[in-house]
Amino acid sequence: MGIAESILLTIATAATPLLIAALGELVVERSGVLNLGVEGMMVMGAVCGFAGAALTGSAWLGVVAGILAGAVFSLLFAFLTLSIATNQVATGLSLTILGLGLSGMIGESFVGSAGLRLPSLHLPGLSDIPLVGKLLFGQDPIFYMSIALTAGVIWFLFRTRTGLTLRSIGDNHSSAHALGIPVIRYRYLAVMFGGACAGLAGAHLSLVYTPQWVENMTAGRGWIALALVVFASWRPLRVLAGAYLFGAVTIGQLHAQALGLGIPSQLLSSLPYLATVVVLVLISRNRRLTMMNTPASLGRAFVPDR
Amino acid sequence: MRIELVKRPQQSALFSALSPFIALALTLVAGAVMFSLLGKSPVDGIYYYFIDPLREQWSLEALTVKAAPLILIAVGLAVCYSSNNWNIGAEGQFVIGGITGSILPVLVPQFQGPLLLPLMLVMGAIGGALYAAIPALLKTRFNTNEILTSLMLVYVAQLFLDWLVRGAWRDPGGNNFPRTVTFGPDAVLPKILPSQDTANLGIVFALLAAVIVWFLMGRTLKGFEVRVLGASPRAGRFAGFSASKMVFFAFMLSGALAGLAGISEVSGAIGYLQPTISPGYGFTAIIVAFLGRLNPLGIIAAGLILGLTYLGGEAAQISLGLSDKVVRVFQGLLLFFVLGCDTLIHYRVRLAGFGASKAARGV
Repeated sequence: MGIAESILLTIATAATPLLIAALGELVVERSGVLNLGVEGMMVMGAVCGFAGAALTGSAWLGVVAGILAGAVFSLLFAFLTLSIATNQVATGLSLTILGLGLSGMIGESFVGSAGLRLPSLHLPGLSDIPLVGKLLFGQDPIFYMSIALTAGVIWFLFRTRTGLTLRSIGDNHSSAHALGIPVIRYRYLAVMFGGACAGLAGAHLSLVYTPQWVENMTAGRGWIALALVVFASWRPLRVLAGAYLFGAVTIGQLHAQALGLGIPSQLLSSLPYLATVVVLVLISRNRRLTMMNTPASLGRAFVPDR
Repeated sequence: MRIELVKRPQQSALFSALSPFIALALTLVAGAVMFSLLGKSPVDGIYYYFIDPLREQWSLEALTVKAAPLILIAVGLAVCYSSNNWNIGAEGQFVIGGITGSILPVLVPQFQGPLLLPLMLVMGAIGGALYAAIPALLKTRFNTNEILTSLMLVYVAQLFLDWLVRGAWRDPGGNNFPRTVTFGPDAVLPKILPSQDTANLGIVFALLAAVIVWFLMGRTLKGFEVRVLGASPRAGRFAGFSASKMVFFAFMLSGALAGLAGISEVSGAIGYLQPTISPGYGFTAIIVAFLGRLNPLGIIAAGLILGLTYLGGEAAQISLGLSDKVVRVFQGLLLFFVLGCDTLIHYRVRLAGFGASKAARGV
């Protein structure tokens, strides 16, 4: 396997959790809800994914556990913000704080134990094609799910009636309500979808990326996923591009650390976070464009006036 | 059955006062359930968490050491959140304040004297304020989301501290431990009274800051400006208030307080810089700010309660063998209940069956 191929493979592995979590949050935000709890749901997915795999002996059941954990955990946020109209920013933050605490507690007995790795795809012949074989036919199953998810979200949001309805709720929840659309029900489902995606992204971290459980192992990826949604101006394809850009930055700095160029490793480790800030600045400076793309009801509480 | 919210004509004064207490009671119940699930007696759990640390002089002093940074940071955050500026990077501003405040004792250790400590505190506050000015600048100049930028800068600050104590600032005589030289005697935040073991001036700063900000918010035009711009930026503009100046004011005030908390912690509780100088004070302070209902005097009480959870966590770990992770779960649950109970202030909550809700609609 050539060095270029292995670098591209690791970039895809680093990008996949960002892509999945950001796609989920994109659908949530398109419905007009801002869930800042991505980091918390992701870390819950990571710990439950790891625990599920360790307890059942099946990495696949671990993936299922991760998805379920994210979706169930997101219900807490959904109940507070949608049913009893709490502040979305503060509630999202508390989901992250609780998720980081709860995952530490659940995972305590798993620290240091060897994990299961979700096996990569192997198609005899196809996976062995030089250069592109492994990239196209030899990656982990969640990578393929992430690509399918991108296509699925594009199709759902822009090619189905339900997707159109969801977007209309995100742009004007009062009008949607007046038209008889069950705003709260749509938003519940959107938030749970976002939670399931964040859970899957977390399970990818603890079952593929680094098959082990380490406290706070998401290391801000949930927040980067949130930034990706803004960066992508709420478009799924741009989320894909952004996730791979960030994957490249992450892997690039790891390689630079390995080469030992005399650059402090801490500076290199902070590159993904600094890149997030820079990218956000570049994309947000055009005030008009941002305003046009942002779902108009984003973050605003909705209480049906019966 | 479903939940219906009916908007109150005006905020309920009763629930404004009661909601933090309801939230605390619910957290205790949830905590008791959690202790039972972990196979411990709920009574013992609650006892070690919330009562045992209050029984001895030394642990009451330790409580002030834990509560001081929480109160200092949360008071600043209250100004931010009241003005609708979402600074969630106080943890980073705390770390930077700890670093800039330590410049003199680490780089110029021969400099001693009564001027040293005040200079350190001022430098810590300035460092925190300048670090908080970055998200403020990006928000006002480039319209960048301050939630994400302030949070990203937390990671950057932590890595910067890590680099300093392992590299340029490492104590050459420290057996390769990643830490700076121990501060000289004049660089250490003194105890409130010489007879005390742990309680240092940090809690005095915290109480002073809370009272000053309480006065600022409730009794001055600036406080009015904060609240108007927070409630309605449009109304604020008509009143002639500048929204972007407010962004800088709120961020830099809270950054300065977080920075002051940082250097107070380093100088008063640790005595040198090391890779980690905070057990998440900057994030826990968010909970403190909300539990105190963004009121500086309420925040004093809230800071003591959250400080108690840190101590109680240690007590329960020693006495019951409970994981120290339980503390963060407690804190997270508390914030959930606080936010949920605040709904009662603005809405009447009605549990409606299908029939009842139809009747309410007049169908």
